[in-house]
Amino acid sequence: MSDAIERGKGHAQGQATPAPANFLESAPGREGITSWIFSTDHKRIGLLYLTLIMVMFITATILGLILRLKLMTPGNTLLAPQTYNATFTLHGVIMVFMVVIPSIPASFGNIFLPIQIGAEDVSFPRLNNFSWWLYVTGAVLALVSIFTGNGPPDTGWTFYVPFSERTTTNVSLAVIAVFILGFSSILTGLNFITTIHRLRAPGMTWRRLPLFVWSLYATGWIQVLATPILGITALLIFGERVLHLGLFDPGRGGDPLLYQHLFWIYSHPAVYIMILPAMGVISEVIPVFARKRIFGYKMIAFSSLAIAFAGSLVWAHHMFTSGMSDLAVLVFSFLTFVVAIPSAIKVFNWLSTLYKGSISLEPPLLYALGFIFMFSVGGLTGLVLGSAGTNIHVHDTYFVVAHFHYVIFGGTGLGMFSAMHFWFPKIFGRMYDKKQAMRSFWVILVGMNVLYFPMFILGLQGMPRRYYDYLPQYATGQFISTVGSWILALGMGLMFLNLWAGIRRGRPVGMNPWGGATLEWTLSSPPPPGNFLEEPVVDKGPYEYAGVRADD
Amino acid sequence: MTEHSDERAGEHASHPLGYGFLTAIWAALMVLTAVTITVAQIDLGFWNVVVALSIASTKALLVIFFFMHLKYESRGLKWCVFLAFLILAICIGFTFFDVAYRPMGVA
Amino acid sequence: MTEQHKDYQGAKFGMWLFLFTEILLFGGLFLLYSAYMHRYPEDFKEAGKALDVFIGGLNTVVLITSSLTMALSITALRRNEKGRCMAFLAFTVLCALAFLVNKFIEWSAKFGHGIFPGSPHLLEGPNGQGVFYSLYFAMTGLHGIHVCIGAALMIFVMVLIRRGRVTPENFGFLENAGLYWHVVDLVWIFLFPLFYLIA
Ligand SMILES: [Cu+2]
Repeated sequence: MSDAIERGKGHAQGQATPAPANFLESAPGREGITSWIFSTDHKRIGLLYLTLIMVMFITATILGLILRLKLMTPGNTLLAPQTYNATFTLHGVIMVFMVVIPSIPASFGNIFLPIQIGAEDVSFPRLNNFSWWLYVTGAVLALVSIFTGNGPPDTGWTFYVPFSERTTTNVSLAVIAVFILGFSSILTGLNFITTIHRLRAPGMTWRRLPLFVWSLYATGWIQVLATPILGITALLIFGERVLHLGLFDPGRGGDPLLYQHLFWIYSHPAVYIMILPAMGVISEVIPVFARKRIFGYKMIAFSSLAIAFAGSLVWAHHMFTSGMSDLAVLVFSFLTFVVAIPSAIKVFNWLSTLYKGSISLEPPLLYALGFIFMFSVGGLTGLVLGSAGTNIHVHDTYFVVAHFHYVIFGGTGLGMFSAMHFWFPKIFGRMYDKKQAMRSFWVILVGMNVLYFPMFILGLQGMPRRYYDYLPQYATGQFISTVGSWILALGMGLMFLNLWAGIRRGRPVGMNPWGGATLEWTLSSPPPPGNFLEEPVVDKGPYEYAGVRADD
Repeated sequence: MTEHSDERAGEHASHPLGYGFLTAIWAALMVLTAVTITVAQIDLGFWNVVVALSIASTKALLVIFFFMHLKYESRGLKWCVFLAFLILAICIGFTFFDVAYRPMGVA
Repeated sequence: MTEQHKDYQGAKFGMWLFLFTEILLFGGLFLLYSAYMHRYPEDFKEAGKALDVFIGGLNTVVLITSSLTMALSITALRRNEKGRCMAFLAFTVLCALAFLVNKFIEWSAKFGHGIFPGSPHLLEGPNGQGVFYSLYFAMTGLHGIHVCIGAALMIFVMVLIRRGRVTPENFGFLENAGLYWHVVDLVWIFLFPLFYLIA
């Protein structure tokens, strides 16, 4: 802290070499790319993550559009079957491991978690930088796996055995990439948990933690405790292929279902790594724009922890049709229903916060409402999948694809967009065109529903996922869905262009354009390098708006 | 950071454990190793596994609590360690809902 | 390690969190072991007979002793007995090397008998024995890698102590390296009975 105070003073007195006024500017003589990629400033690392995540997001979105284009009409069009398999694998691997899992924690979590608890940085800043480099390494390796060996992996993002053991494509390198990306995620979680335990400012008690911080805390625990299982699973696939362990090879006494257990022991909790931080964002956005203290603070904070814990008990609901024991089907189906409760608690709390609030419908709130709608549809259809009886009917159909995209794209994706619009003025010190942001929202929302809703129906009618071709009876739904993908792409294009224009020529804003009560709004926009010039002393909760005025 | 270090000076490391005490723990671990090897020579059927794992767990607790100093750490850290092992136990235990009840011998 | 000087408790807490990930990483393999043990109890027993309890027991003694000297080295440093601390650490590294040499001899003997993952000899035998040995090589192999990392870490700490970067007042790094080494020991405490004693 004293360091930052010195730098702040130096700047105020206008000495010969003034320290930079905000974290986007580099100190004289220390400019250039290296001042970013080797930076230990949590805000710079967060922006680095955000940039790469967006690059990966756009890449995987383009792959998704290509898939939709191929599926628009039945028959052998556009892509060869093997290319199609590789394309959906890459779409899934990039989206899951490089976009959605790091999305909100690694970008906005890095930037705002330390600020929201009144710290000058995370507990281990150099480890933070290292985790970004691990992310880069993993991404590069995944890229290399596409262009080397025997062609890009074609297993789907789940790398199911026995196919992943036998396919001649470059799966070995891809799983090593996944292993490294996993460790990047672990280090982020580890850093956040330690930071929250150790670096809270005086007066920042556990009961005054912003709910975004609570959600990152719960997420951090999942990252630390579940991701190692993904690590060992990826290593085992490598071991099966390269060292011929045969642990999952039924011909040699292995049990492929144990692979599925290991995979989902990580990958079910992973969907909570994806969704919890987005829920945290929504819990921040809603009270600010309802000008009302959040309803049921304790329940929301508690439900984050409950989701994190209960989420580790339900993994085998992905395996109802795999031939596992009937008892396991019964137990995991029941537990899956239990885990729906804390999610529902959150939705009710958000709605109660809005009730009788003085709502100002700004873009971040609009995206947050979009989240609630999409997440509710995705969550409720999740119950159809979680119940063993109905699951048998729709397992491995487009119904699953639709459910997953409603939750993850409609949920985490819109949560991410909400965060982008909410914290944009804080990060860049400028405002985007709000009208344009709202227009893009509506295009995105319509696009998403036209794209994914027909998939529910296709799934109920029996259209299996990942199939290259389909019967004529599915043609209408497939066609509508592809049209939806264009609308969605258009909406996201408008949104990104608008944000980009905002960064370039947006109107400068003050400290607190939305009138938020958490600590980041007490800083100048963009925040100075050391965050707080003096260590803040917190004397009120994060959603007490008395005396807080927007300065826009 | 100055305030922090003042405030947290009180929670600095406790007194180091003595040479004699640590050696006593080592001796206990050695005895348990000898016991587990000896018991393994007797055929107790299923109970061999139970005994071996119980002794291994006792040894693990000795290492965790004394060599790794957990006994002298905060209650919060103890709960975290418990949580980590609980999650591992759940992962293995819940897998047995499948593994132990799957009808075998069809194939 | 500048950030670690600031917050001794924080660094230790972070290290514990990292150790959780190590435990769960091995945990995935323990899960496989328990499931296959349940499926092939007889084969596991039979295959375990071929492993030498003497070498396994010796390695257990070596690792537990190295855990002791690791713990002693922390006490020595905190009592300002730098020479003793270095001696304890050097002994710990020697134990790690002895463990690896032992393991090497053991693995070579198995390879000599045509026992390695996917070997024709194992493919001819019962499935459960092949699974047992695949688990044996995977788990002791991953553990061996951790022994190597642990030894390297201790040599690194010795350098830091010599250069005065780790001192009687600032011993957090040594303590964290110690925690890592104890986890390596902890994993072996379970591997030993599971592979060598169930027969
Ligand atoms: Cu799931």
